[in-house]
This record gives sequence, structure tokens and C-alpha cells, in this order.
Amino acid sequence: MTLVEWSSNLLLTAFFAYLAGTLLFGGAVRGNKEGSFASESRWGRIAITVTVIGFLANLGYFFTRWAASGHIPLSNMFEFTAAFGMMLVGGFILIYFIYRTPALGMVVLPVALLVIAYASMFPRDISPLIPALQSYWLPIHVSTVVIAEGILAISAGAGLIYLLKNVDMKKKSKQRLWLEILMYALFLVLGFVVANSYFMLTDYEAAFDYVDKEGEAASVVYDMPPLFGMNEGVALDESTMEPIFEVPAFINGSKLTAVAWSVIVGTILYGLVRLVFRRRVAEMLQPLVRNTNSQLMDEVGYRSVIIGFPVFSLGALIFAMIWAQEAWGRFWGWDPKEVWALITWLFYAAYLHLRLGKGWQGEKSAWLAVGGFAIIMFNLVAVNLIIAGLHSYA
Amino acid sequence: MEQIKCQCGHNNPPGTDLCASCGRPLTEKEKRKKLADMRYEGSARRSQTYNKSIVDKVWNFFSSVKIGIAIIVAILVAASIGTILPQQLFIPAQGEEAVREYYADVYGSFGAVYHFLGFHDLYSSYWFQALIGMLGISLIIASLDRGVPLYKSLKNQRVLRHESFMKRQRFFGAGEAEPDALDASAQELENMKYKVRREKNGILAEKGRFSRWGPYVNHAGLIIFLIGVMLRALPGFYIDESLWVREGEMRAIPGAPGYYLASENFEVTTYSGEGDEEVYGEALEEAGTVVKDYKTDAVLYQVPEGSPPGATDNLEKVKEYEIEVNHPLQFDGYNVYQMDYRLNELSSMTFALTNKETGESRGELTVDLSDPQHIYELEDGSTVELIGYYPDFSGFAENGEPQTATPIPNNPGFLVEMTTPETPEGETSFIVIRETVEPFGENEYKLTFQSAETRDVSGLVIRKDVTLPILILGGIIFMIGVTQGMYFNHRRIWIQEKADGTVLVAGHTNKNWFALKKELDKTTETAGLPPAADQQEEAKQKEKEGENRYDVG
Ligand code: HEM
Repeated sequence: MTLVEWSSNLLLTAFFAYLAGTLLFGGAVRGNKEGSFASESRWGRIAITVTVIGFLANLGYFFTRWAASGHIPLSNMFEFTAAFGMMLVGGFILIYFIYRTPALGMVVLPVALLVIAYASMFPRDISPLIPALQSYWLPIHVSTVVIAEGILAISAGAGLIYLLKNVDMKKKSKQRLWLEILMYALFLVLGFVVANSYFMLTDYEAAFDYVDKEGEAASVVYDMPPLFGMNEGVALDESTMEPIFEVPAFINGSKLTAVAWSVIVGTILYGLVRLVFRRRVAEMLQPLVRNTNSQLMDEVGYRSVIIGFPVFSLGALIFAMIWAQEAWGRFWGWDPKEVWALITWLFYAAYLHLRLGKGWQGEKSAWLAVGGFAIIMFNLVAVNLIIAGLHSYA
Repeated sequence: MEQIKCQCGHNNPPGTDLCASCGRPLTEKEKRKKLADMRYEGSARRSQTYNKSIVDKVWNFFSSVKIGIAIIVAILVAASIGTILPQQLFIPAQGEEAVREYYADVYGSFGAVYHFLGFHDLYSSYWFQALIGMLGISLIIASLDRGVPLYKSLKNQRVLRHESFMKRQRFFGAGEAEPDALDASAQELENMKYKVRREKNGILAEKGRFSRWGPYVNHAGLIIFLIGVMLRALPGFYIDESLWVREGEMRAIPGAPGYYLASENFEVTTYSGEGDEEVYGEALEEAGTVVKDYKTDAVLYQVPEGSPPGATDNLEKVKEYEIEVNHPLQFDGYNVYQMDYRLNELSSMTFALTNKETGESRGELTVDLSDPQHIYELEDGSTVELIGYYPDFSGFAENGEPQTATPIPNNPGFLVEMTTPETPEGETSFIVIRETVEPFGENEYKLTFQSAETRDVSGLVIRKDVTLPILILGGIIFMIGVTQGMYFNHRRIWIQEKADGTVLVAGHTNKNWFALKKELDKTTETAGLPPAADQQEEAKQKEKEGENRYDVG
């Protein structure tokens, strides 16, 4: 095997280990339900062992790919997203060894799986570095950011458990609605993975010429059937399906198409689950968290923000500024990616002040933690893919 | 207002909730609370005490956490609006009118509204900067309002606290104890790295008090940083210039008087996809060519001291340096960055003066495009006079005069007068690449293009930022502050033996109750003290049982 193959296989190993870990943590939590704590600790021990092995394989993926490419594998969308998934698990392992919380594993591992699967939808070629990225600040800055984001995301996991446990599913409320919307959002990511994998396996491709927003001729290749056509798009192949809608030049029809397919497939999957089980998804998960300790989850959520915030400040702002100063002679340029790092930072500053100054604990704090995760994901997905800037990996 | 004298004899400033010395509640409101409000040790904060004058009102406004959070959220929302469409800085259009049209053309009516509201240049708008300014003021006032009294109270605290103070701590226990429990717990607490103070019948064990200053230190760092950012607006603190140098050319460095920079060579390399780079093969196939590196071999010169201004004849060489992306040339506080380039710019063109009929040549002339001569002397007294030079010819004006779009020789045009022994009156001709115009009728001679030389142009940016040390200082202080405040916490344990032999135990921390509980339990167990319970949890538990509600914290 070449190093690159080693690296992919290790990632695959990690993926399956996390899958097994999810089920095992589920088992640990279930054991708890019957009141037998011996079984919780036994299952929990096996589950964390499997997770740690998966994490080691994941690290193996990371370092073999680093060796193969000659630069830290944090330079394109696939690499960065996969590393975020890895650090989610890393953050969880850290918290697990402090607080022993199997329920957290049951929530964080599936999300990490989803993130890694999502990452794998992007081109996995090893890409060369453009001159601006050739700096030792690349590994320093970007790895600190992923570590910080992984830790901060754990607070969302704890928050989610808190909410699943404490939001009343029997009564109609805003909370119940939002929690379900959150579940639905996870299905949309799954929808993207499923749709993308399907069209990838069937080798779908459709090429178009179009006119871009500056009025120049350009071309694009769709890898999903074009629901939204590019501005004045002309298919290169007659057999290509006719796009249903045409969008103005400043909207990228091919990206919008990917979003639309994710929504369609995600909604179908979500609908099926609701049809089969005839219950809200959040309600189905509720029994799994019945025996968690709300106060502990609140504490875990806060701790992860406390641990993550300084790391994030260092990586996403300070290291970023030092590098920007060195590469471009300006430590700050209001590039969208920079702005969103600032927004994330301000958001967590607001979280801390609300908690300390206004006593926002428990449910309010849990919602904020989930909101923080949404911002991190937005940063990763939307800002990279849609709002292009210097850092845009796509 | 007057000082409040506590029963214990300590004089507290007006507005104090808990006596700084013994901890007795001093106000009616505080007395009614089940648990003491320990956030600022019950000290008197200006904002909670005065509300009469304008100064009080402004002070109270900015010291409020609610307002502080509102400012943070406002900045956050504003910043995100600025990313919906690209900022003016990132679009190709230049000039006010062109920018306005760009937004309307490319983004339709949404773009027009976005531009109308000034969001295209949001981050330098006055209102956005005002928000940042308010953040700074809020940071300063909120920190002073809390930090000063907090410091005084922590300095004044006594070992022996009043019973009411201890009872109203979140962790509290009371009861019988082993005979030498006080000694044993002092020992145990010392083992756990607590600083233990003893006074008669009581113990105060404390650790990590410095972590209480964390927020104030980090806020101070942020304030210093913001001051640095503000200074950049003053002239001289921040220099930002750009410079294009061609290979073989030397130019004065803008913004750095007395310095000159020459480019000896400029080079771009791209990824080959071979050898070491084979792993990039597939990615390169997708992307086409990818630039690997670009750099300028630069030589820095300086005018020697005492020479007249503008004299460039006896420059001193300062250093040679390869300016590369991520590796700026540094001198005297300036940094010169490799930012951009233009390849193969025309540098000179060679023409032959030929007779149109016979094709006979009267000799050649080479026009240096960055420094064209006025007259070129050829064989047998023939001359070519350069009447006009249009480096980037873009057409003729209405009066027939040639126009140039830019001073860059992208499409050079020459208006020339050619004189030969055969045509002593001279013939006028206008030449651009692949075209000759003869405005005053048919000529006998023409300039025939022979060859051209090209060279690369390196785009450099010169920056000097005097505020950098201030920004770095602010950043470091901020990081020290957050680390100190978030990775450490302030734990205190009070133990007191009453005259009747009952022992009281109380514990407080500003963060991480989980860890304090562990240490407190360990102490009470080892030393045989009455166990301490979490009064807040108990209260919550009761509430829950009573109303069967979910714990909303
Ligand atoms: C972006 C700006 C800000 C940042 C990054 C920041 C950061 C922090 C941090 C990290 C803490 C410690 C929180 C904890 O330990 O949980 C803190 C505490 C605090 N901050 Fe800020 N802060 C900012 C702006 C402000 C503003 C505008 C105010 C104005 C009201 C403010 C008032 C406070 C107060 C009152 C505390 C609590 C202090 C204490 O407990 O003694 N902060 N801040």
C-alpha cells in the first residue's frame, strides 16, 4: 500500500470504529435504564476503548496523509472538515475522561460520523499549496482552530442532551419545535451525503457553458441533475436534462442544486422516519437520555466553552492575525472567513457574559451552545462554499 | 451618603451588601436572600449606588453587562451583514459611481439597496466604528466598576466570618466534629495546595485568588488592543503603499523616504506534478496550472546621510533579499511584501526605418518604453522624432488625438515624424502593434517592427505599522487574562468552631463547583468535620418535587 492508501484505509477504520462506538455507548446508556450500573460501566469501558482506537486510527490517517502530501492535511474542504470530525471525537474523549458521560458519546459520535461522511463528499485529491499557504503558520493556525472548534462543539452535544431531557415533548412549545428543527437539520446533512453518494456512484455529470456575474463566459460541471441552471446556461450535451429554474448570475446554480437535492433527499428520509415510527425524532431519542444528570450536562457544556474559548481566541484570532501580518502585511482584512471567525468568537463571549452576568444557565445556556455549533457549521459550510474569500477551500 | 458601620466594627463604603470584613449582610434585600450573592463579594459598586447626575447615568449605562452584551451582539450582527455581499474592497469596480453600478448590475435591486444603506463599505462606516468605540468604553467602565471594589474586599477579608455569612454559602455544613478536626483539616487543605490562614477558632483556606483578576486582565488586553487599532488612524502610525518594479529597474520606495529598491529578477514557478510533486497529479489535472512560488530578487539602497534630497547618484547598498510570499523584506520598521505580478510586459521595441517601395533600411532604432527618447538619429542623417507616446493606446479622441488608457505599456502607440535625405520635410505616421496610420497622406517611409523585449513586473506592498507592538502587547495580556480566569478558579473553604463546640464548614468557588465539592468532601472526611451539602441543589430539588417541573436552572 502507498501512504495515500494507508491514509484512506485508516480513515475508513476510524469511521467504522466510531459507528461501533455509537452503538456501544447506546448500549451503555440502555444498561443504565435497567438500573444496572455495572453494565453501564462495562459497556462504557468497551465503548470508550473502541472510540479511542478509532481516534488513533483517525490520527493515523492524519499523519500518513501529512507525510504523503508534504504539508499538513488542512488545506482543502475535505481535509479541514474531516479534521473537524476528528477533533469532535478528540474533544469528547477529553471530556469523557473528566466526567464519564456515555450519553455524550451517543450524541457526539453520530455527529462526528456525519461530519466525516460530509467531508468525504468533496474531492479527496491531495492538493498543492498556493504560495500564501506555504508557511509554518498554516499548521499552527489551522490545527489550533480545529481543536478549539472540536472542543466548543462538545458543549453543543451536552446542550442537546440537556434539551432532549428537559424539553417537554408532550406539550406544544417553541422549544419542542426548535428541537425538532434541529433534528431535521441533521437529516439534511444526511440527505446531502446520500444524494451525493448516489450520484457519485452512478457517475452523474453534466457540463454547461454560462455567463458569469462579471459578464464573462465560463463553464461548470454539475455532479447532480441540474434543478437550477446557471445564468444563460447552455448544456454541452443534448441529452442533459433541462434545468427547472434559471437563477440570476450572482447565484451559483450548481451549488444551489446541491442544496436543493440535500433538502429533497433529507426531507424524504425524515418523512420516512416520522411515518414509520409515528413520533417526533427528538421524542424517540428522549428515552436514551432519561438517566443523564442535567446539572452535569450543564457543567460539561460550560466547561467545554471555558476550555475551548481561549484556544479559539489563540488560534482563530491571534495566530490568524500573526500569519496575515506576515503574508499580506495586514493582520486583519475583513475577509468573510475572518469576519466569521470574529462572529464565532463574539458569540461565545456573549455566551460567557450571559451565563456569568445574567445567570443564563441550564436550558438557555444549552440553546446558546447549540447556536454556537450552528455558527461553526455555517462557517465551515456556507462561508467556504458560498461566500468565497481568501480562505475558500472549494 | 455615609459609610456603613457593621456590627463587627468595620466601616464599609455606601452601597455595600456584605461586610468586607466579617461577611454580615448589611442591606434588607441581602438579608432576605437564602444564599449570599458572592459575585463581587457583596462589595459596593458605583453603578449600584449612585444614579443622580448625568455622569452616574452614563457610568451605569456602560457598566451594565446587559448593555455590554447588547453591544457585542450588535457588532456580531453588523459584521455578519457585511458578508452577505462582497465588500467594496473585493470587487473589481473602482470609483464611487462604478461601484454603485456594480452592485445594482450584478446583484439587482437587492444589491442597489445594500449599496444605498452603505453596507458595501460597512466596516469603515462611522456607525460600525462607533459600536467598536462603545465596546471599548463599556469594557473600561464595567471593569473599573467591579474590579476596584472586588480587589478591596478580597484584600480586607478576615478569617473569621459571621455565622450568617457561612450559612448563606452554597456549600455549607454544621455539626459535631472530631476533637482535633481543625488541625487535621488545615493539614489536609495544605496538602491540596490551599493557602491556609488560622485565627483563634477558625480557618480560611484559599487558592487561586489570582484567577479572579482574569476578566479584568483580559479586558485590559482588549482595551490596549483597541487603543492600538485607534492609533492606526493617526498619520505616521500606519503606512500602506504599493509599488510596481520592473526587472532591471530601480524605484524610490513610496512612504520610505531615502530608500530605493531595485529588482534584479522576478520569477514565477508552477507545480509540475512530477517527481516529488506526483501526489498532486490528480488535483493539478482538475485545476490546471497552480502557482507554486513567486519572488523578486531585490536590492535595497539608501541615500547616504547628508546628500541633497532627490540625489540618487551615490546610493549605498543596504542589502540584497529575495522577497517571497510569507517572507517580506524588512528594514527600519518597514516590511515589503510580495503581493502581485505581471508577466511579460513590453520593455522595449525595435523598429527599422524602411523605404516602402525598395524595402531598403535606413537603420534601426530601439525605443525603451519606460524612458523613450525624443529623437533617434539613424544612418546618413535620417532621424525619427517621437512626437507622441501612448503606452496603452485606446483609440482616438474626437479631435483626432490618440488616447492612452493607462501608463502601462500594454498596447504602445507612437506618433513619429521620419526624416531622411529623400524626404527632408519629414513624414508623419502613427504606429501601433500590427497597424500603421498615415494621417497626412501616403508616406514613402515606414517603421517596420523588428523585435520586442519583455520583462516581468513585480507588485510589492510597503507597510509600516508602528502600532504592532501595542497590538501584540494587548494580545498577550488578553491571552494571559483568559487563561488565568478560565483555566484556574478561586476556591475558598471556611471552617469555624463555635463556643458550644459545633463546627461550621462553608465553601465557595467562582467556577467548577464539581472540583470544589470533591476537595471539600475529602477534607471533611479525612478531618472528621460535618459534611457540607450543596444548598442550591437542595433548593432546586425541593422546587422540583413541589411543582414537578423541569429544572430550568
Ligand atoms: C469582545 C469583548 C469581550 C470579551 C472577549 C470578554 C471576555 C470576557 C471573559 C473571557 C470573561 C470571563 C468569563 C468567565 O469567566 O466565564 C469576562 C467577564 C466579564 N466581562 Fe467581558 N468580555 C468582553 C466584553 C465585555 C463588555 C463589553 C463588558 C461590559 C459590560 C464586559 C463585562 C464583563 C464582566 C462584568 C465580566 C465578569 C467579571 C467578573 O466576574 O468579575 N465584558 N469577559
